[in-house]
Amino acid sequence: MIQTENLTKYYGATVGARNLSFHVERGEVLGFLGPNGAGKTTTMKMLTCYLPPTGGTAKVCGFDILDQSMEVRRRIGYLPERNPLYGDMSVRGYLEFVARIKDVPPHEASGEVDRVIERCGLQAVPHRTIGKLSKGYQQRVGIAQAILSDPELLILDEPTIGLDPKQIIEIRQLIRDLGREKTVILSSHILPEVSQVCNRVIIINRGELIAADTPENLRARLTKSAVIRLRLRDAAETPRASAIIESIDGVLSIREEPETGGTRVFTVESLPEKDIREEVVRRLVREGLPLLEIHREELSLEDIFLQLVTEEVS
Amino acid sequence: MRRLGALYRKEMQYYFQSTTAYVMIGSFLALSGYFFYSIFRYYNFMSLQVSRDPSIGAGLNLIDGVMRPLMSNMSVVLLFALPLLTMRLLAEEKKQGTFELLLTYPLSDIEAVMGKYLAAVTLFVIMLAGTLLYPALLAVYSKPEMGPLLTSYLGLFLMGCTFIAMGIFFSALTSSQIVAGAATFGISLFFLIIGWAAPFVGPVFSKVLSQFSILEHYDSFAKGIIDLQDVTYYLFITVFFLFATLRFLESPHWRS
Repeated sequence: MIQTENLTKYYGATVGARNLSFHVERGEVLGFLGPNGAGKTTTMKMLTCYLPPTGGTAKVCGFDILDQSMEVRRRIGYLPERNPLYGDMSVRGYLEFVARIKDVPPHEASGEVDRVIERCGLQAVPHRTIGKLSKGYQQRVGIAQAILSDPELLILDEPTIGLDPKQIIEIRQLIRDLGREKTVILSSHILPEVSQVCNRVIIINRGELIAADTPENLRARLTKSAVIRLRLRDAAETPRASAIIESIDGVLSIREEPETGGTRVFTVESLPEKDIREEVVRRLVREGLPLLEIHREELSLEDIFLQLVTEEVS
Repeated sequence: MRRLGALYRKEMQYYFQSTTAYVMIGSFLALSGYFFYSIFRYYNFMSLQVSRDPSIGAGLNLIDGVMRPLMSNMSVVLLFALPLLTMRLLAEEKKQGTFELLLTYPLSDIEAVMGKYLAAVTLFVIMLAGTLLYPALLAVYSKPEMGPLLTSYLGLFLMGCTFIAMGIFFSALTSSQIVAGAATFGISLFFLIIGWAAPFVGPVFSKVLSQFSILEHYDSFAKGIIDLQDVTYYLFITVFFLFATLRFLESPHWRS
């Protein structure tokens, strides 16, 4: 669907993107992850033929972004970063305008507008002025114009920025649904969002690609030790519990967290290839120690991201 | 063509929904109506003088006495009014970010620019059409010559098209409407008065300056003459600025 080779963009002397080579398969939902100013928006602007690259090439839907930009633009739907809309138009009026601009045949235009209005949950507001809608609804209008004319590829730049939590959940659900039929690229600096919605992640920092993989693989790659956390009801039993856990095979270290409400939490690190949970539970219960809870810590995308970006810096 | 039409329709809708059109047409007609009234009263007064002393009446007619001064006053009002009409065309979209979205649609630059240009020209034609009331009033009481009337309207139309092309060019350069409007006003005024220095710069430059002057080329239209040279002049300036606009919009591609 997308194939880029050494895609590079300089703004004068400043780097926007440097030697980005990646590919996106049909049907994928790809997350672009990076801190603010990392080059996510720049890359998206190049893929949508708005900004010409300084160097390198990219093919979108099989067409070159420079030489065949018209063909590319026919096949993409784009939601820019700040979701620019004509605030003085009505929702329906605006979408009809987009349908004409996007070359939807006249006899299909009305049906197509109805379809995207329904798809994006805008049935309640088709005749309202866009500028007077809530941000959540405006975002839906932005997505509606992107999916109008049924493009193969959707490029969504920070689709949930500035929304309230309820709206964020709704928009994410909408994107997940769209991801079932289309190829979607979305950028975000909100990490849980990417791990929830995307099946592959590209992490960029300061214009360069630092990782591209599924969220699970990224997690596995960076997991150098397994971590479990367990809570004991009676903090007084700490020394006894510590001794027992330490004696278990594969344990690397134990950290005792400060006491809270008479209970004590231990963070136990062990070799990644061995799951020690079962053993820990059996030994503690046998000794009659009051175990309240136990769970294995997973590296969140947040940790991965921080790790990768800090590794890069150091 | 359909995409151009879509943009054209959107711009027209904006003009009429945002009251821009009503305010522009209304104030233009009010001003030109006032000019018509005062010029006509003066013409009346002169006619009375002539009836007493026919020797001063040579060449007094409705075209030279009423329509020509009226049209030249209107051209000055247009100089102020048209930049207001054109300054937002591209600058506003650039500021709001909608221009970026527009350029990622399968819409060519020329369709985008012409859709907007033609919308502004249409509104200008409506403004101009409103002023046909004045010659119509004259025709009720007298018989003004139709030829010079039509050519002077054609001249004013071409002049307006030139101002609008300058306007869309400056609107493409900046995302500030004020800057676009002020620059358009400056350059159109400059083209209007560039001929004033002609008598003082020697024979060669004098010819050059007066050939560049918008007013100079309007003169023959006002007299009832359609000179190919004048038509070419207006079309050339118009096409030049539209072409410059397109080149500027493409500039990210050849500058990088």
